[in-house]
Amino acid sequence: MDTALSLKNVDKFYGPIGHGVHAVRNVSMDVKKGEIVALLGSSGCGKTSTLRMIAGFEEVSAGSISIAEQEIHRRPPAKRNVAMAFEGYSLYPPLTVRENIAFALKSAKLEPSVVAAKVTEIARMLEIEDILDRYPSSISGGQQQRTSLGRALIRDAALHLLDEPMGQLEPQLRALLRGRIKHFIKERGLTAILVTHDQTEANALSDRIAVMEDGILQQFDTPEIIKDRPENLFTGTFVGEPPMNVFNASVRDQDGRVHLDFGSGLSLDYPHDAFSGSVRDSIVDRGNIVVGIRPYAVHRTKDQGVDAKVIVNQWLGDQSHIAAEFAGATLVLVEHDRADVRPGDAIKVDLNPENLHIFDPDSGDAIAHGAELVS
Amino acid sequence: MEHTSTLEKVLRASALTAVVIFFMFPIFWIILMSFQTNETILRVPPSMIFEPTLSNYRGIITGQLETNAATLEINFMRNLWNSVFLSVSSVAVALALGVPAAYAFARHKFRGSEDIAFTLLSFRFAPPLLVLLPLTLYFQQIGLADTYFGLVWVYQLICLPLILWIVRGYFEDISPDIEYAYRIAGHSWFATFRKIALPLAGPGIAAAGLLAFIFAWNNFIFALVLASADKQPVTVGALAFITASGIQYGQIAAGIVLSVAPTLALALYAQRYLVEGLSLGAVKG
Repeated sequence: MDTALSLKNVDKFYGPIGHGVHAVRNVSMDVKKGEIVALLGSSGCGKTSTLRMIAGFEEVSAGSISIAEQEIHRRPPAKRNVAMAFEGYSLYPPLTVRENIAFALKSAKLEPSVVAAKVTEIARMLEIEDILDRYPSSISGGQQQRTSLGRALIRDAALHLLDEPMGQLEPQLRALLRGRIKHFIKERGLTAILVTHDQTEANALSDRIAVMEDGILQQFDTPEIIKDRPENLFTGTFVGEPPMNVFNASVRDQDGRVHLDFGSGLSLDYPHDAFSGSVRDSIVDRGNIVVGIRPYAVHRTKDQGVDAKVIVNQWLGDQSHIAAEFAGATLVLVEHDRADVRPGDAIKVDLNPENLHIFDPDSGDAIAHGAELVS
Repeated sequence: MEHTSTLEKVLRASALTAVVIFFMFPIFWIILMSFQTNETILRVPPSMIFEPTLSNYRGIITGQLETNAATLEINFMRNLWNSVFLSVSSVAVALALGVPAAYAFARHKFRGSEDIAFTLLSFRFAPPLLVLLPLTLYFQQIGLADTYFGLVWVYQLICLPLILWIVRGYFEDISPDIEYAYRIAGHSWFATFRKIALPLAGPGIAAAGLLAFIFAWNNFIFALVLASADKQPVTVGALAFITASGIQYGQIAAGIVLSVAPTLALALYAQRYLVEGLSLGAVKG
C-alpha cells in the first residue's frame, strides 16, 4: 500500500507534557496516496492542532508522523514537502493575487511561461481570474480565501493541507468549487487533508472522514460507514443533520417479546426475531441501553406504534422537520412532504428495529446497528 | 463629501492658523535671530526689520566666537559631528540588537521572556542620574569613560528599549501564519525573518529608529557627565555660548538652527515613508 501520511500514537500537549492542555490524544491514522481525508469535529477538538503538527508549526509531544514513509516530525516545515491553505488566508500583503499564487512556485524554479499558465488555470478554476492584479487588502474575504487555496493547490507537494478551505465562500460558489477542487485533486492524484467543522463539506469532498472530539480520533472511515455504522454515541450524534435521536431504554425479555422501556410508561415491544440472537442476548444482558434512530428513519403510522405529541412542525422548502415529545425527551422526524400536523397534535410513530442504533450507556460504544451486532 | 458651510471653513482655517503660528513662531524667531547680531536681538522694542548678517554662522563654522571683549575658540562643528556620529551609531547598534530581539520576544514565549523584556523597558523609567553615578565610576575604572564606544554603549539605555518595544508590537501584529505560509513553501526560518517579517514590520522599524534617533540626539546628561570636550554632542556644546562676557544669543540661535536641521530633515524624509507604509495597510493580512 502506498501510504502518503501516517500518524502513529501522536500526542499534543500545550504547556508541560503531562500537565498542559492535552489537545491531541494518541491519534493514529494512515492516509493512502491520492486520498482526500477530512478531519471533522467541533471547535477545540484537536483537528487543527493535528494539521499544524503535520505541517510542522507545532511540535509533536509524543508519537511520530511520516510523509511518504519517511519520518518528518522533526524536520522544519520547509523540508516536509507539504502545501497548506490557511484558515486566516495569510496572503503576502505587498504582493498581488497573481504574485501570491505564483510565489508558491518560486522554489520550484519553473519557466515564467509555465508559471503563468498554471496560475491562469488555477485562477479560472477558483473564479478569481478577474482579480489577479489586485492586492489582498482590496479584495473580499471569500476572494482572499480562494487565493490562499490557489496558492496551496498550485504546488506539487506530497501532501496538501487545507484548513477550513471554504468557510468564507457563499453557498452557491461553495458547491461549485467543491466539485471542481475534488476533480482537480483527483485528476492530479494529489493527497489532501482538510480540516472542517462542516459535515456537508466533509461528505462531499472526502473519501474518508476522521471524526475527532476531545483530542481523540473517534472514527476514521468512509462517509457512508460513519453514517450507517457509527462506532460510538459521539460519532452517531455528531454526524448527520438533523442529529440522531437518542433515548435511554431498559430492556426486558418477556412473553416471547423484547420490550424497550423508555420510562414514563412508554414502551416498544418487538417480536423475538426482530433482533438476531446475539444482539438480543447482548442487550438483554446489559439491561440498560441507549437507543438511537436517525430522523429520516422515524415514520408516522396510523394505528400501531407509540404515542408522541407534536411540538414544532417546520417546512424547510423541501422537507418537514417535526419535533415531537416522546418519552420525556424530544424526537425529531423528517418527512419529504409537507406534513399536516400542528403543535399539540397527537401522533403515533414506529421505530423499525432495523433502523435502531444501540449503544452502551456507560462507554458510549456501539453495540448493534439494526440487527447486526458490532464485532 | 459632507457639506461644510463657509463659516465652518473660516473657523477651521483660523483655528489651523492659530495652531501653526503657536508652534512655528519660536522656530521662525530663532531663524530670524540667527541672522542678527546681539545688539539687534536685544534692542527694545524688538523688530523684524534688521540687516541680516552671516557672522553668527561664520563664527560657528570657523570656530571663532567673537564677543564684545575677546575672541573665543569654540568647537561647535566638532560637537555637531559628535552628535551625528553618536546618534547614528547608537541607533544602528540598537537596531541590530533590538530588531532580532523584538522578533524573538514577539514570536517565542520562553521562560522569563516577559521579565527580560520588562527589565529592558525599565531602563526608560529609571532616572538617568541614578544610573550615571555608579556608571561613571565603573567606566573610569575599565577605561570606557570619554570614549565613543562607552558613549554608544550608554546610549543603548535610551535607544534599545524604545526599538525593542515598538518593533515588538509591529511583529506581533503580523499574523504568524503569513510566515508559516512562507516557510512551508520551502524557506528557512532566517529567510522568512528577512523576506517576510522585516519588510512587513518596516514602517514600525523606521518609526522606532527615527524616534530613537531623536531621543539620542536630544540627550544631554549622559554626554555631559561621561564625555570630555572633544566627544561632546551639540546639546552639551551649546553651553560654551554662555561666556564670561554675556550670552551670545545670535550664535546660540545659529547653533540651534544647525543642530535642529539634521533631525528635522530626517523626520521629514522618514515621515513620507511612514505614511506610505502605514497607508498600504501592510500588516493586516
